[in-house]
This record gives sequence, C-alpha cells and structure tokens, in this order.
Amino acid sequence: MTLLKEKAVELDVELENAVDAIRLSGELLVETGCATQEYTEAMIEGYERVGPYIVIAPGIAIPHSRPDNGALQSGFSLIRLKQPISFGHEKNDPVKLVCAISGIGDNGHIEMLQKIAMVLGDKDKFNKIMHAKDYDELSKIITI
Amino acid sequence: MYILSVCGMGFGTSLMLLMDIQSMAKDHGYTVEGEATDLGSAKGKSCDLIVASSEIAASLTGEEVPVVAIDNLLDKDEIKEKVLPLIERLSKEG
Repeated sequence: MTLLKEKAVELDVELENAVDAIRLSGELLVETGCATQEYTEAMIEGYERVGPYIVIAPGIAIPHSRPDNGALQSGFSLIRLKQPISFGHEKNDPVKLVCAISGIGDNGHIEMLQKIAMVLGDKDKFNKIMHAKDYDELSKIITI
Repeated sequence: MYILSVCGMGFGTSLMLLMDIQSMAKDHGYTVEGEATDLGSAKGKSCDLIVASSEIAASLTGEEVPVVAIDNLLDKDEIKEKVLPLIERLSKEG
C-alpha cells in the first residue's frame, strides 16, 4: 500500500502564495489522519521563522515540522500547482510541487524521506508527476 | 574527518544529506563521520566541515571551518562536485 493516499493529493490547484500552499498541504495531512492542525501551524511557523529552506530542489518544496509538533503517522501529501509560486528561494524558485511530510519518531521516517527524495530527484519521474492526469496515474509513479 | 550537516528544522533533510555524503565519500575511499543537526544547534559544534542547503548556509557566518552550500539537495552530482574536493583536501591536511 502506498503512503500517498488519494485524499492527500490535489492536482493543478490555484493558490496565491507560499503560506497558502503550505497550509493546504498540511490540511491534506490532517484529512488523511497523518497529523493534527497544530502540525500545519508549525510548518507555517517554521517557514516564516527559518525561511524558504524547504524548497530543497528546483520547483520542489517539502514543508515539514518536528514529529512532536503534531505528527500522528508517517505520510505525505502532494499538491501540484497550476501556477508556480515564489517561496523566496534564491535558486530554486518558483515552486511547482508541494509535498508536505509528516514523520513520527526521530529516525523512523528517514527511510520514507529518502524514498521521496529518490522519486522527486529522478528527472524522468518528476516530469511524469508534472504531467500525470489523475491519482491513479500518479500512484503508479510514486510507489512509496 | 567530522562533517556537520545542517537543515532548518532537524527533521531529516540534514540526515539525508549526511548519508548521501557518507555514501559518496565511501565510493571514493574515504570514511566520513558526522552529525546531522538543525540551524539552532549548529553554532559552536566542533567539526572539520559544514554542509548545508544554500538557504541555511547563508545564515552560518563566522564559522572557522569551510561551509559548503548545496542548492539542490536531491542532486547527488552537485553534492559530489562541491563536497568531494574538500574531503580530499582535508584528508591530505589531516
């Protein structure tokens, strides 16, 4: 079973700014039982405090917070933006894909994070994600 | 050699980065020890080299050791190109 649930995916969403994108990515984690509302607020607070470091690669943001800020289980959500959004990152803006990650425990989620990194870091897979028509197609590309 | 990898939250991107560096170093015959940490805990830690995402690296000023800034944390080639020469140099010095 994939860790990416259907309800955790929104494709071609129109959003205004980085905070809205982080908020929606967090709400998807809440809806799928991966985190509490507190976790979403912590992700936004982290972005506002530390800056756009969550844009880890060109076009890709991975909002996250510490497990003790309301993570309930390991999982992730995925938003594909209709219009790319600036997160304020000097090199990796604008963001096209927002993938919020929740993890419990100190290192238990590292394996998941590495798998997500493997998928998103694979240019061929990234392109396929950017063009997938629906969740079914997406779940064949992201087999985590 | 001891490398400190730093991310914003201490969630895991720094650990992922450290593991990538260790694996890359091993492929080239170097054994690298290290620690993954968040920005708030990084200051004052003793190490030979600091590696961080470019956003975080910009906040690490006044360090006594080299600070490597990685733009694309998913790009193993960038990590290798920027970090391996320093590992090679530090190994010769040490």
